[in-house]
Amino acid sequence: MHELKSQDGGAESAEVSAAAAPVTLGRAIVITSGKGGVGKTTTTANLGTALAQRGARVALIDADVGLRNLDILLGLESRITFHLLDVLEEKATLDDALVADKHSPSLFLLAAAQTREKDEVDTERMRALVERLRERFDYVLIDCPAGIEMGFRNAVVGADEAIVVCTPEVSAVRDVDRVVGLLGNRFQPQLIVNRLRPQLVKKGKMLSVEDVNSILHLPLLGVIADEPEIVVTTNRGEPIALQREGRTASAYRAIAARIAGEDVPAPTVEFKETFLSRIGSLFGGSR
Amino acid sequence: MIDFFKRLFGQGGSSSTAKERLRLVLMTDHIALAPEIVDQMKRDLVDVISRYVEVDRDKVEVSFEREDKALAMMANIPILSVARPNPPARPVQVPAPPAQASDAPAPAPEAPAPASAAPAQDAPPPQSAEPPETAEPPAASQTPPVRRRRRKKTRATAAAGAALAPHAAPPAVAAGN
Amino acid sequence: MSARKIVITSGKGGVGKTTTTANLGAALAMRGRRVILIDADIGLRNLDLVLGLEKRIVFDLVEVADGRCQLRQALIKDKRFESLSVLPAAQTRDKDAITAEQFASIVAQAAEQSDYVFIDCPAGIETGFRNAIAGADEAIVVTTPEVSAIRDADRVIGKASERRMPVRLIVNRIRPEMVRTGDMLSVDDVCEVLSAELLGVVPDDEEIIDTTNRGEPIVLDQSNRLRGVYDKIARRLEGELVPFSTFDNQSLLGRLFGALKAG
Repeated sequence: MHELKSQDGGAESAEVSAAAAPVTLGRAIVITSGKGGVGKTTTTANLGTALAQRGARVALIDADVGLRNLDILLGLESRITFHLLDVLEEKATLDDALVADKHSPSLFLLAAAQTREKDEVDTERMRALVERLRERFDYVLIDCPAGIEMGFRNAVVGADEAIVVCTPEVSAVRDVDRVVGLLGNRFQPQLIVNRLRPQLVKKGKMLSVEDVNSILHLPLLGVIADEPEIVVTTNRGEPIALQREGRTASAYRAIAARIAGEDVPAPTVEFKETFLSRIGSLFGGSR
Repeated sequence: MIDFFKRLFGQGGSSSTAKERLRLVLMTDHIALAPEIVDQMKRDLVDVISRYVEVDRDKVEVSFEREDKALAMMANIPILSVARPNPPARPVQVPAPPAQASDAPAPAPEAPAPASAAPAQDAPPPQSAEPPETAEPPAASQTPPVRRRRRKKTRATAAAGAALAPHAAPPAVAAGN
Repeated sequence: MSARKIVITSGKGGVGKTTTTANLGAALAMRGRRVILIDADIGLRNLDLVLGLEKRIVFDLVEVADGRCQLRQALIKDKRFESLSVLPAAQTRDKDAITAEQFASIVAQAAEQSDYVFIDCPAGIETGFRNAIAGADEAIVVTTPEVSAIRDADRVIGKASERRMPVRLIVNRIRPEMVRTGDMLSVDDVCEVLSAELLGVVPDDEEIIDTTNRGEPIVLDQSNRLRGVYDKIARRLEGELVPFSTFDNQSLLGRLFGALKAG
């Protein structure tokens, strides 16, 4: 099947592995939102981690050329030798550029270029690259930049599924709505509501998941409560999904399971109530 | 002070305000994003109105107005003529004038002018149908077109709602496509 | 005398550019300045929503650029303030619906009728960013004390400096209690990494969510400390030397050992 990329770069050629690879293509999922800062990169890093922890082979692509951050979230920033544009321009092979994750053996990162621009990405080559990655990996997660410009379009081009991340705030919801419209008929995006603050929702000061989805009408993939710990894990470069305990880690694992087709009780309205009250008790009333 | 009380009683639910504002804003966004749907809606609207009165199609104007809690569609449809109500069931027989039958065509039977300026999608209603109450009293086509404003909140909401529906399928127009 | 033309940018999305634009603009308007805010985020406009003006939009930036209306027709006067007007972005167009030159010209026009023009920049460093920055003479870079935001701010500071634009920094959403436990970078840490002049520090405040839901800039809330914070930033922008204060109730001893900079 897939051969493991060894740390010292002694990997076999891509052609050999492709020939040995199974016929089924991996799934290419773009993670987008429109609005920046809602948790796309965090979701990509953690969902990728959670999927890899289940044994899947996962490739992460940071499509935010010029503003790369996925590497930092994974703690891999000092290990980047070649990046996305190097591969697209054939200055390096995929095997040169794919960086093995520190924590999850079947997780690999293709970093963005930091000093280049998004419009330097050739759309067709990007599509072809994603296709190649799909031949080698079970999941290819594409971290989409904020906005709806060229960066967005290039991130979307190779994907066949989409996850939209939304916080319960008016600007974020509006932007997700726009993005879903732009994604068009090719996609049936699933929604992750991120940074929910149940106490504020209870006080009526924040939109609830129900409010958000009564406007967006998307299949709900997951709900993640606001978690100050995320800042710490980002500082350390250790995705929170690695933690055994903790509601955020569990939330990402549940999302990974759902993506994998497992019958995890989906966050329906009823489930939301239980979920929130569980969160409330975990919070201990301090937030 | 009011804020204080709002906080004291845990009220001040801005989330419902937010939801309403979002709904309105997205309706506006969706309409702006689909001008071809607005055009189709306009055409369908004019088709329906034309079943009752003759309208000046080229001068039809449709706009959307934001009110405080709702979006309303305003249609400005100049009417060129309105049929006389209650035409007789049978054409009236006009006796042929003596020795003039050859040079002037017989006066037309007392049927009203066609109610439909353009072919309507449904079968036209029987000619004896009452024109809608908001129509002006029957005017001959020589008088200037009468301006008529019509609130179409239900249709606008329905159309906007349809446009807001899951983006998996292209937004459907409320009135047949 | 022409207005100061200031772009509010960040690189990273979601750090508070629009909130800053709205509140800093409002704070200056409350000090008697004539302020015009321009939303440069074509396609993803939000300045109107944050200020609760979304229902009053008649014309937008692109229509002004296309000559379909005058600037004054598109400007929405915010009735809550003496002299605060907003030029909304277009929602249904792309960022390349307008050129950098067109944008700069509209900003220049706005500058003739105001004291301050603030440009709310889209996230990223693509066309939208380039157009927004084309209209400005100065930049305010907003960052949060988080590694990704700081890294992106750095990139943007670089781009602004390339254009010889004076850059000043606002550190947004600081949580003093997390800084204290070492879980969050301090303002000093941020400034050290970015080596930019500090304009202001804004603490995290969950009230912002509520006020944004309502479309009310938080500076209108007299009981909220952010009103004072934005006022200080406004004063610094005007050239006043306003010291940075602390937010945490530290003892004198704590202050002697290096109070956490905030304010």
